[in-house]
Amino acid sequence: MPSEHVDRALDSDAPLTAAVHQRDVAHEAAEARGWDEAALVGRTITVNRPRDEVYAFFRDFRNLARFMENVESVTPGDGRISHWVLKAPGDRSVEWDSVLTEEVDGAALAWESVEGADIKNTGRIAFRDAPPGRGTEVAATIVYDPPGGDLGKLVAKLFQKEPKVQARRDLRRLKQLLETGEISTSQAPFAAPRGGSHAKG
Amino acid sequence: MRALTWHGKHDVRMETVDDPRIVNPRDAIVRITSTAICGSDLHLYDSYIPTLHKGDILGHEFMGEVVEVGPGSTLQPGQRVVVPFVIACGKCFFCGKQQFAACDNSNPAEKADMSEVMYGYPMTGAFGYSHLTGGYAGGQAEYVRVPYSDVGPIVVPDGLEDDEVLFLSDILPTGWMAAENCQVEPGDTVAVWGCGPVGLFTIQSLFVQGAHRVIAIDHHPHRLELAKSMGAEVINYHDVKVREALFEMTGGIGPDAVVDAVGMESHGFTIDNVLDAVKATVKLGTDRPHVLREVILACRKGGRVSIPGVYGGVGDKIPIGALMEKGLQIRTGQTHVQRYMPQLLEMIGEGRLDTTFLISHRLPLEQAPEGYRMFKERQDEVTKIVLKTDWKDAA
Repeated sequence: MPSEHVDRALDSDAPLTAAVHQRDVAHEAAEARGWDEAALVGRTITVNRPRDEVYAFFRDFRNLARFMENVESVTPGDGRISHWVLKAPGDRSVEWDSVLTEEVDGAALAWESVEGADIKNTGRIAFRDAPPGRGTEVAATIVYDPPGGDLGKLVAKLFQKEPKVQARRDLRRLKQLLETGEISTSQAPFAAPRGGSHAKG
Repeated sequence: MRALTWHGKHDVRMETVDDPRIVNPRDAIVRITSTAICGSDLHLYDSYIPTLHKGDILGHEFMGEVVEVGPGSTLQPGQRVVVPFVIACGKCFFCGKQQFAACDNSNPAEKADMSEVMYGYPMTGAFGYSHLTGGYAGGQAEYVRVPYSDVGPIVVPDGLEDDEVLFLSDILPTGWMAAENCQVEPGDTVAVWGCGPVGLFTIQSLFVQGAHRVIAIDHHPHRLELAKSMGAEVINYHDVKVREALFEMTGGIGPDAVVDAVGMESHGFTIDNVLDAVKATVKLGTDRPHVLREVILACRKGGRVSIPGVYGGVGDKIPIGALMEKGLQIRTGQTHVQRYMPQLLEMIGEGRLDTTFLISHRLPLEQAPEGYRMFKERQDEVTKIVLKTDWKDAA
């Protein structure tokens, strides 16, 4: 890894995700945790609401299921633990406990799955003020250990083989919900009726 | 309900489909009374726009009566409304700047990926215009679900007929914004390429905004007649060298502002190119920007270029040297319909703008497929078709 190039990118006022030469942070994260491998998802979105409001909404983890497509529920438990359940086809259930590892009021939240999780994962959400009058920048970084076997296939299907796409969509839904009070939809048949094979009679 | 659905190239049908329902708090359901076929619907009819699915309901110019509202709507059942083709949330950064056609939220998250790949940013939601713009059902139907109904629709006074106000939904504000983008100054001469509905409304708007002269360019004799009846001088480009004519007609200076109301025609935005592009995330089909080249070359030094014409891909051989050396300004974009509706409704009420001259044909909704055929095949004579849901037979 050409780390000197990476270091040089620090001279620009740009996030390291924009560097021409990239550190393999996913690999580093996997090594640090003793995982076989890791996938990294990063994405920033601006929400046109005050930072305290965006943070408070996110900090109530029960809200996550309202905008994360694959999440059935997140239930806060004792202390810093919360229980995550994903929507899974058939009678499969994918769930785990996460522990809150960082909590900076109004600024950052981080979590990590506890030992024995179906999908080992860790993530951090940073909340920054956007320029005056423009709301809050929400930057999400998620690292997870893609499971193999049947579970791996299931997860790949759930996340459409592209967790980046899923993260992008979930952040867009978060933005929609906080800015407009609802999530835009054109789901057939009732939000948007369609003919053809969907047509009546 | 009955609705006009797309099934493939030159294949649109009337079908019975589910009625739409209120699904979000700010929704309203509108019973359509009048709905028009837009020139841009022909791009769908010709299968030039990717991501249209079989069974999708078309139509983005419509009006009707509010029949049901969600708890977050400000409309009331019984009100007559015209609905803008652009769907805008009213709450995001862009809506706050009245750039409604750049709304960040109206395209559903799962539909926004495609245009983000094509343009770097997701497109805004719109009615009945493929899944790039959200996959929303259109208004060539008996009923339509209107999201964010507290922001878009404008209530119409009883004294005004449907045909007087229907075009507030798209082409009238589009023509008005195209004229506004010319930043007309006293004494200005503006040249308008394309005398379709948007071009004609641009001409009308230019005179209202104070243009001294408007020169209209097309090849359909009937459309040029309409332009002339509105006070424009005309050039038929089949018979006349356009750039030379404009130079001579403006005392060797050139028009102060120019309008490309033609756009990509139907040639460049080919479905295979674009689908390839979406897949490969590389490049788009090449638009044929013939008119764009012409307007840039014809415009006077320091003049303004307004582009209401629609482009979808990438353009080749744009005269960038002429653009820079002459110091031109370009303004373009999808129409921020919501921004213009109130003032335009007022001007219609005062008789300062007339939109009914444009309508050449009225048909019952059930004859919509025939309407598409007529519009496609007889462009000179068929300037605008309005579909009426309450009509059983053509009048």
